[in-house]
Amino acid sequence: MRRASGEPRRRIGDLPQYDWPVQSVCVIGAGVIGGLYAAHLARVADVSVLTRREEQARALREDGLRISGKHDFTTHVRAVADPAELPDFDLGIVATKATQLEESAARLAGRFPGATLMTIQNGIGAEEIVRRHGEWSLISAVTFMSGVRRSDTHVEYELDTATWMGPYAGTQTPYAAVEQMRDLLLESELRAEAFPDLVPAQWSKLVFNATVNTVAALTGLPHVGLFAREDAPTDLGRLVHELMDEGKQVAAAAGVELYEDPWEMNVHAVRRGETQKSDYAHLPSMLEDVLARRPTEVDFITGALVREAERLGVPVPLHRTMYRLVKGLEASW
Amino acid sequence: MRLCVVGCGAVGSLFAAHLAGLPDVEVWAYDLAAEHCRAINADGLHLSGFGEVHATGIHATPDPAEIPPCDFGIVATKAMHTEAAIAATAQAFGNGAVCSVQNGIGNEETIAGHVERVIRGTTFPAGKILAPGHVQWDVAGDTTIGPFEPSPARMEEVERLADACTRAGMPTTAVPDARGPQWRKVIFNAATNPVGALTGLTHGRVCEQPGLRRFVSGLVDEGKAVATAQAIVLDADPEDLIDHAARPEVAYHHKASMLQDVEARRQTEVDYLNGGIARFGRELGVATPLNEAIWALVKGLERSWQQEAK
Repeated sequence: MRRASGEPRRRIGDLPQYDWPVQSVCVIGAGVIGGLYAAHLARVADVSVLTRREEQARALREDGLRISGKHDFTTHVRAVADPAELPDFDLGIVATKATQLEESAARLAGRFPGATLMTIQNGIGAEEIVRRHGEWSLISAVTFMSGVRRSDTHVEYELDTATWMGPYAGTQTPYAAVEQMRDLLLESELRAEAFPDLVPAQWSKLVFNATVNTVAALTGLPHVGLFAREDAPTDLGRLVHELMDEGKQVAAAAGVELYEDPWEMNVHAVRRGETQKSDYAHLPSMLEDVLARRPTEVDFITGALVREAERLGVPVPLHRTMYRLVKGLEASW
Repeated sequence: MRLCVVGCGAVGSLFAAHLAGLPDVEVWAYDLAAEHCRAINADGLHLSGFGEVHATGIHATPDPAEIPPCDFGIVATKAMHTEAAIAATAQAFGNGAVCSVQNGIGNEETIAGHVERVIRGTTFPAGKILAPGHVQWDVAGDTTIGPFEPSPARMEEVERLADACTRAGMPTTAVPDARGPQWRKVIFNAATNPVGALTGLTHGRVCEQPGLRRFVSGLVDEGKAVATAQAIVLDADPEDLIDHAARPEVAYHHKASMLQDVEARRQTEVDYLNGGIARFGRELGVATPLNEAIWALVKGLERSWQQEAK
């Protein structure tokens, strides 16, 4: 089902389960993920977008936001680069890179006290960073969506996989609020799943990302079948498997029972990548960062895993190696 | 004495050009680069840089059938070309001894698959080819050679070759057990080359990053454990060489050869460095997880170029 941009928006403020009328959403950061949320949600709610650059805000106001690929439409969004110009909102989706999270949260500090914020950053620890800047109610989320940024106003929707979310344990966010948010995303034709406790899913993705992203970043390989092959000594599946086993040991020591086995996620993702289109393979975001010589999210992903491992006394020599090599690679620019 | 350098790249050219200066040595050079061979035959082989050498009288050929029976072979190809090079030239060494001066572990085993008497060698001089017939000599250094234990040359032969190289200006020592220098160099290279190759950092900058320097030590420790399991006594501690090389006046700015290979998108020698340590480790029951990991990463990096070419 496709809706043209001119059709009237539907509201879900009268959803019965919970009295939290999510009528307005603010997406903070209009990169690939932020753009996908903003464009889809703009079809079912009032959406404002906070960008870093005025130039992008102006372009979005003038041209709207175009989605191509898995879905194909253009919507109007209210975009500003100055947080003082943001209208009030019920829910904020903080969709900046983990490396820019601190700065983004600081821009919201002391404002929108009634809002609930949802963090979707890779790795773990995003909620704590946001929390240092305000008393907002928080929803933890991880997303498996991916896309390619074509321009300031155009995102190609690549993998239409789900966003997983749950109440952040450190705040009083009720599960019903998460369910509402899920319903809103579903209605906007994005995939979403709500979890009473997101930690097991967050850790599954952490272990998956810490492995797949760093291997891709260092080898220059997209997430291809070699990541799941273990026949020859240099088949990357062996290293991937060992890294995931290390990660699982850290999760176990942290008392987390993983939601999905990261190795199974890897095998599944690679198979999907290979069968969809023969020349298609997903470019993990850390490899994109390396190719663009941007700071990577390694501190929030592998770095976070290694810090947890140290705290818990679990040896992770391979993850530590990957962390050091990626940091070295960043230093070479 | 008649001798053939097999693989006349930078290191092979250093040996060929020096040895050609001896009146009692006839030097042949086998190399697939026909243009390099033509230049050597027409204008001689020219070394510049650390020292100036202009060698004439070398018979260079890309055709192994032209090589007459030789007393010695010096194999100086990149490690991944050993098999093809020695298979092509083995007929010339039916009654000779063949010495490897290559990087990595496993070259002597490969050579022994084709010739009977093999010499294990490790050399430190280095350079690069500037143009056909012209090689830049960057680094002088010693060479250590000894009989390859499973398929040994006679000690008297090893000494004759060392003597010729030394007289020619390539200081070479003949020893009964040449494994120590070889493993010292392999451990040094395996601990530094892939780290430079994967991060893009020069040797000095790798050593400045505390985390990376500790990782380098982790690779060294695994290599030492594999050497110890074979009762090999290293002739120097690779750690000291690594710190020495990091000094500004030594090799701070040096891009490891594997990084140069990566930048030029050439296949690297990682199979014979970290791959060699991992293979020997597995045979000896010594765990080498860090060497295995970095071996797989560099092989993955090599694969990524094919991916793009597709």
